Formats: sequence, C-alpha cells, structure tokens
Amino acid sequence: MQNQHTMRSFDDELNYLSDQIAAMGGYAERMVAESVAALVQSDSGLARKVVEDDAFLDAKEREIGERAVIIIGKRQPVADDLREIVGAIRISSDLERIGDLGKNIAKRVVAVTEGKQPVRLFRGLEALAGLALTQLKEVLDVYASRSVERIGFVRDRDEEIDAMYTSLFRELLTYMMEDPRNITACTHLLFCAKNIERIGDHATNIAETVHHIVTGRQLPLERPKEDQSHSVIAEPEA
Amino acid sequence: MLASTGIKLVGGMKDEKREAGQRKVLQRIRQRGTPLVRALHAFVKRDTPDEDSGQRPTARGDIDSLPAVYLAAAVLDPLYIFDAGGSILYSNEAADLAFGPVTKNVSLRLKFRAPEMHELVSRVISGEEESTAINYAERVPVERAYRVVASRIGNDTGLYVLMFKDQSEARRIDRMRADFIANASHELRTPLASVAGFIETLRGPARDDPAARDNFLQIMQNQTQRMARLIDDLLSLSRLEMKPYQKPNVQIDVVALVKGVIESMRHIASENGVDIVSELGDTPLLVAGHSDELVQVFENLLENACKYGSSGERIIVSADQASPMDEVRVTVRDFGPGIPEEHIPRITERFYRVDVETSRTQKGTGLGLSIVKHILTRHDARLSVKSGSGQGAAFMVHFPPVPPSASVGERT
Ligand SMILES: Nc1ncnc2c1ncn2[C@@H]1O[C@H](COP(=O)(O)OP(=O)(O)OP(=O)(O)O)[C@@H](O)[C@H]1O
Ligand SMILES: [Mg+2]
Repeated sequence: MQNQHTMRSFDDELNYLSDQIAAMGGYAERMVAESVAALVQSDSGLARKVVEDDAFLDAKEREIGERAVIIIGKRQPVADDLREIVGAIRISSDLERIGDLGKNIAKRVVAVTEGKQPVRLFRGLEALAGLALTQLKEVLDVYASRSVERIGFVRDRDEEIDAMYTSLFRELLTYMMEDPRNITACTHLLFCAKNIERIGDHATNIAETVHHIVTGRQLPLERPKEDQSHSVIAEPEA
Repeated sequence: MLASTGIKLVGGMKDEKREAGQRKVLQRIRQRGTPLVRALHAFVKRDTPDEDSGQRPTARGDIDSLPAVYLAAAVLDPLYIFDAGGSILYSNEAADLAFGPVTKNVSLRLKFRAPEMHELVSRVISGEEESTAINYAERVPVERAYRVVASRIGNDTGLYVLMFKDQSEARRIDRMRADFIANASHELRTPLASVAGFIETLRGPARDDPAARDNFLQIMQNQTQRMARLIDDLLSLSRLEMKPYQKPNVQIDVVALVKGVIESMRHIASENGVDIVSELGDTPLLVAGHSDELVQVFENLLENACKYGSSGERIIVSADQASPMDEVRVTVRDFGPGIPEEHIPRITERFYRVDVETSRTQKGTGLGLSIVKHILTRHDARLSVKSGSGQGAAFMVHFPPVPPSASVGERT
C-alpha cells in the first residue's frame, strides 16, 4: 500500500497543483478585499488578520515550487504539461506578491486612520480596489474554466485601473497642497493606491500566464502605457 | 463599493456550540427548503420524506430507484454533486445560472476559491463532519451572499452534495442601512449647516431686513429641495442594490425605449435651451433588459446632457449595431464644456462631481451616474465616456448582443 500522500497519477498531481493555485487565489482575493475594507472602516483588527493571512500565501508558494520541481524531475513532462507546471510556479509567485501588497495596505491602516480623513478619498480608493478585484477574479475564473477567449477584458480593465489610479493620484496631491496636515495620511493612501494598481498588474501577468498555458502562445498585449503620475514621485519601497 | 467583510465561519466556533449551530442550520434549511430539497435530503439520508412535503411516494420501490440527478435537477437552489477527489460530477440548472456552467470533472476547489469554501469541502470529504454549513460571499461584480451546506450523500456512495441558499437580500438590507446612514449623514451635513446658519441670521442680524429675509428664505428653500432630492436618489440607489440579482431575460427594443425617454425629457431640454436630436432610425434593436431600469439610465444621461451640456445647444442621440453578433450601442452626445480627462474615470463614483459649484447650482447630487452604472452592471452592459475639456461629452451604453435563436428566458 502506498503512502496516502503519494499521488496516484500524473493527472492527480496536476489537479493537486491547480487546486493549490485556487487556494492561493482565494486567499489573495480575500486579503485584497479585507485590507481595503479595513482601511475604509478603520478596522485594525481586520488589518491584523490580513497581515497574518499572508503567511499562508508564503507557505503555499514554497510548497507549489517544491512540488513542481519534484513533478518535473519525476515525470519529465513536455509541451502542455510542462507549460502547466511552469505556469503554476509563475502564477503562485504573482499571487504571493498580491498577498504582500495586500499586507502592505493593511499595515498602513493604523497610520491612515489616526486623523479623520475625508470620506471622498476612500471612495476613490474603494472604486480602484473594486476594479483590481474584478480583474483578479475574472483572471482566476479563466484559469479555472480555461476559456481564454474571454481574456480580452484584461486589457480594457488594465487601462481603466491606470486611468483611475492617475486620477486618484492627482486628487490626493491636491489634498496635500490644500492642507499640509493631510500630507502624512495622504502619502499612506497614495502608497495604498499604488499597491492596488500593482495588484492589477499582477492580475494581468496571471492572465498572460494562463493564456500561455492554454494556447502555448503569448497574449498579444500592448502593455506598458505611459503613466503620467510616475514622473512626479519615486516608487514606494521595493 | 466593496463589500463589508462579514464572513463568519461556523467552523470557527467551538465544538458543541458549533455542532448545535450546524444542526440548527440544517434544520432551518430543511424547514424552509422547497419540498424537493426536503425530499432530496430525505432521499440521501435514506428515510422517508417529511409528512408535509407532498412528495409522499406511493411505493417504497419508487423512491429507491429514483435517480438522484432527477431530484437534483428539480432543486431550485444552486447545487453541485462532487466526489472524494473534489471533482464536480453534476451541477443543476440553478447552479449554472448563478455561477456559470462548469465542464464536467472540473475541481470544485478551482471553481470556488474562497478559503472558507476550501475548508468546508475538505472537512466534509475527510469525514470530519458529515454535514456542515458556512456563509459565502462574492463581492464583485455584484455582491452576492449565500449560506452553503456540504453533506455526504448516504454512507457509502463516495459522493457529496454542496447546496447554496441565496441570502443576498438580507445582506443587502444590512448594507443599505449602513451605507445610507454613512452617505446621508455625510452629504446632508453641508446643506443642513447652511440652513441652520441662515436661521440664526434671520433671528439675529437680519430680523428686520425684509429684502435679506426673502433672499435667505429662497436659499433655504433651495437647500431643503436639494436635501429632499438627495434622499430620493439615495433611496433609489439603495432600492436597486437591494433587488435580488437576476439576469434580465426579457428582450426589449432599446430604440423605441430611448425614443420614449427623449419625449419625456423634451420639457427639461427646452428649459435649458437645448434641442434633442434623434438619430435613432427606425430599425428595432433588441437587448435583454428591465425596461423601467433602462428608462432610468437614459433619463439620467439625457438629464446630464441637458444640465451640463446646455451651452452646446443640441444633443444627439444615436444607436447602432454592426451585426447581430455585435454589441448594441446607444450614444448620448452633447456639445457642452465636456469633462476634463482626469475626472472621467471617477464620475460614476457616488457623490463625485467634477465641478461641485456648477453641479450644486444644477441641484446635482452626484448620484445619477452611479445609479446608471449600477443598473448597467446588472444588465451585463457597460458605460463608456468620450470627452475632454471643451469637446462636449459622449456617453455610450454598450449592451451585449442577444443570442439570435435563444428564446426568452431559456437555456441553450
Ligand atoms: N454631459 C456632461 N457634460 C459635462 N459634465 C458632466 C456630464 N454628465 C455628467 N457630468 C459631470 O459628472 C458629474 C456626475 O454626474 P451625476 O449624474 O452622477 O451627478 P449629478 O448630475 O451631479 O447629480 P444627479 O444626477 O444625482 O442629480 C456631474 O456633477 C458633472 O460634473
Ligand atoms: Mg446627473
């Protein structure tokens, strides 16, 4: 009798991998949603939970990486199967990054909510997060259903996120200029917005990987668009 | 808006309390479920259905040979049957409608990624619990909330069932209450403060100044009208959000609908000195939709064009569809000052106004376009805006094409 952890077949191993990706995706989606909710509702308890959740994603990414290496060594997969496995490694690393970005937002909750912030600021951030979350959800849905013909939305959504981010950025700058006392909180919010925008970028990466897994071809995406805000401020950490 | 995060795991409670909670939930579902759900429960547990279920079998043999999928298909709530590997073997029609069709054997964990869902599935497969329930919520694109139960089917079938009970309405009512309070208190504060200020002035310095008094009373009246309007808009938005999410399945001719709206807006247009030009043509264009809601969409767009684009003196409304396979587009174009590019991504946010002053004198509350966006999301449709400073504004509504042969409300 085999050890119950040994997989019966190659298919089982692949299914196990994609289930783990799904688990990571579920955590990442929840972290993003909850970090923004924590920010908007100044809920430091929820923020703490988000920070703790990140450990799951770190551990899972490592596990997926290790497993993938074992599978490749043992099965010597080619073509489709190899793409599937390498794709899983890439997706898990994007998801792990998304988790980091969510954690980063959560960590700012206390600093942002110390003073009272105009509700309008948070509305913009919520709208931006809504877009990024939708992007992430749709991308992961495509990973599940393999219906890559529906992946065209990614490009539009990406543009929408960028435009929204740029607008939010200007608005925050205005607030800072209006009243220097806003500067600390607005800077944190600026980083939060930047983080959300990058969550959208990682979702787009995942879309490209999924497209490659399914079709074997690169997704024709006319990517880097110039982002008018970047010239104004240096990138936040890392 | 993002969902508030109210996900609570029944599994998070401790032992007896948790078990009692689950028993209660199952009980409740059994009581409230349709007779068929009850029959299914009885069937999988291999005892006779409840007395009052109306499904009393005539002979024992009938129920024993009744294929489970017949029952599952008849259940009106989303339902999946899966195996010990977590592969979906069956989904009923309600499930496909709610969560999209699934290919056979796809992993349940892949389809439902939420951590609480993974835990639920693992718990029931591992045999740790025979049946157990959680709350499950989707935040985007439309907020939905479910109570989800997973149970083992029989003792040795190796099969499991996952059932969803829609709780969105209750959740939306909660949200509406919280949102309404937050938004209303925030937005009412300014006009209220100004009315209070004028009252103070009227009782003090302006007491004996009839000219100032009239002036102030006029302003106060405007402010109270604004507050009343704000409350109407907020209620309308909240009511929309509260309605259960249902894909519209009635086909309507959007050309005729928009023509009707144009007629009803003529007086507002002439008040503002603009002329609405219809370039809609006579060819009907079909879309799937709720006509009351779509009327609201075009009323809002036309009202905005009249209010903000009046300097352009005309508004052009057109509609087109390149081929029956393409989307249907309806465009409302004005020739006013337009919207500066950096504001465009934001105008569908609640209370967002490009120029707060103009909008206020126009009695705007900044809710019109969020109502529009909300309705369109429910229709699987979207809004796009082409504009720029000094270029007028074109608001375009894109509807997905209706499948040519699919008869109304039927699955293909
Ligand atoms: N056709 C347009 N031309 C220029 N600006 C517009 C146009 N339509 C909308 N806007 C801008 O977008 C903002 C938001 O519009 P929205 O319809 O949501 O709110 P509102 O008109 O201010 O209030 P409400 O419709 O709730 O009475 C407006 O305040 C206005 O600044
Ligand atoms: Mg309006």
